[in-house]
Parts: sequence; structure tokens; C-alpha cells
Amino acid sequence: MTVKELVDRQIFRVVNLGEELDREVTKVFCCDLLSIAMGKAPADGAWVTVMGNVNTIAVATLADVSCVIMAEEVSLDEVARARAKEQGVTVLATEEPVFEAALKVYQELHG
Amino acid sequence: MADVITLSYEISPDDFTRAGEASSDVKSKLKQLGVSPEAIRKVSIAMYEGEINMVIHAKGGKITVEISPESIVMILADRGPGIPDVEKAMQAGWSTAPDEVRSLGFGAGMGLPNMKKYSDEMEVQTELGVGTTVTMVVKI
Repeated sequence: MTVKELVDRQIFRVVNLGEELDREVTKVFCCDLLSIAMGKAPADGAWVTVMGNVNTIAVATLADVSCVIMAEEVSLDEVARARAKEQGVTVLATEEPVFEAALKVYQELHG
Repeated sequence: MADVITLSYEISPDDFTRAGEASSDVKSKLKQLGVSPEAIRKVSIAMYEGEINMVIHAKGGKITVEISPESIVMILADRGPGIPDVEKAMQAGWSTAPDEVRSLGFGAGMGLPNMKKYSDEMEVQTELGVGTTVTMVVKI
């Protein structure tokens, strides 16, 4: 499943549509501690978190995840939103808790 | 001798909104040079962790990146307080970061361990009251 296909399934609200929509989403990863996410988030993974500051976007870019999914109706702050736009990072959002959000991605990936 | 591209960055202290800019810039330059995604990811993660450490602990500093056809060498030099016990600092989970840093999602004691994990070689030179220089190498 590509990022675009995940977006098109309309499970999540779109906060920012990034640049590399044809990227494959390979895994789903949950973590709010950026220090851990930095080291453990899989490249091309969809990263589910409730941490919505500008550093989330920096970690997403540098750890090279395919998209960020904000759970629990948490929104990105303004600086983070601007950075996501600038860096071309796809950010999605949902009111679902972290586990349910990740489970939905997992079910899309594994049927 | 083969061409070496040298990049250098000044890292501002206490500015978490700008932390990551140097690493992002290196990432995009490596992409333009056609370096493999795996090597780019290793450099990005190792350097960003170092950058964050400099912002948190060391009142900023300077990062020099040397790109050659064989490797990427990152030299992170600060004039911070130095690391009293490097062995302890290298342990996952050991942290001296203040609470405000933790509330941003950092300071879990993963910085140096992540830097070691994602670089092929790493050396820490530190002197109390003088500063710390971390040199990391990622082979291409």
C-alpha cells in the first residue's frame, strides 16, 4: 500500500499532504518518545504518535518514515504544520487512540 | 586524492525549533549526490541525535561533515560542560536531560546509544569544563 492509497481510503483526516505519495508503507510503528522513535521507527513505516511538535516532523524526516499519523485528536502546532509543509511530510490525523489507529493501518497492510 | 566535500554548521543553543536543520540539510545534499538511502538514514539519525545533544547539553557548537566517495565523517564539537562518565552516558536510558526537554519527547537517554548504533565508527573525546568532540563515520 502506498501513502496515497492510505490517504484515499479516508480512514484518517489529512493534515498535510506530503511530496512522496508513491512511497510504500511497509510497517506501522507507535511511539511518543522522540528519542526512541528516532532509533526504532522503521524506514517507510507509518508512525503513530500523540507528540505534535516541530521535532516530530524533524524525526519523521530524518528517520525517513513514510507518514505520520496523529492519534487522539492531537493536532500539530503551527510551527510543526509549517515544517511538515516545507519538508513534504505527509501527516494524517484521527480521534482514535494510538492502538486503534495503528491497528487500522495494520489491517490495511495485512488484510 | 579523491574529492572531499566539506560542510559546516553552527548549532544554536536552546533552540529546539531549529534543531534538525543541519541534519536535514546534510540529508538533502547526500540525496543529490546519489548516496544510498540506507547510508543517508544512518547519517541523518546519528547526526540529528548529536545535534539535539548539543542543543540540550552544550550551548550549541559546530558540526563539520566531510563527504568522500568512501565515507561520511561527522565531527561534532562543542564547548559544553564535558561528559563526566562516558561509559555511563553510553548506556541506553541514562539521562541528565532537564524536565522541559523530556516534555518535548527527548531526554530518554538514547542519544549516544543511537549515535553508536547508526554509525560505523564513533569516538568521544571529552574534557570536563572544556567540551566534547564526537567523531562519527558512516561508510558508503
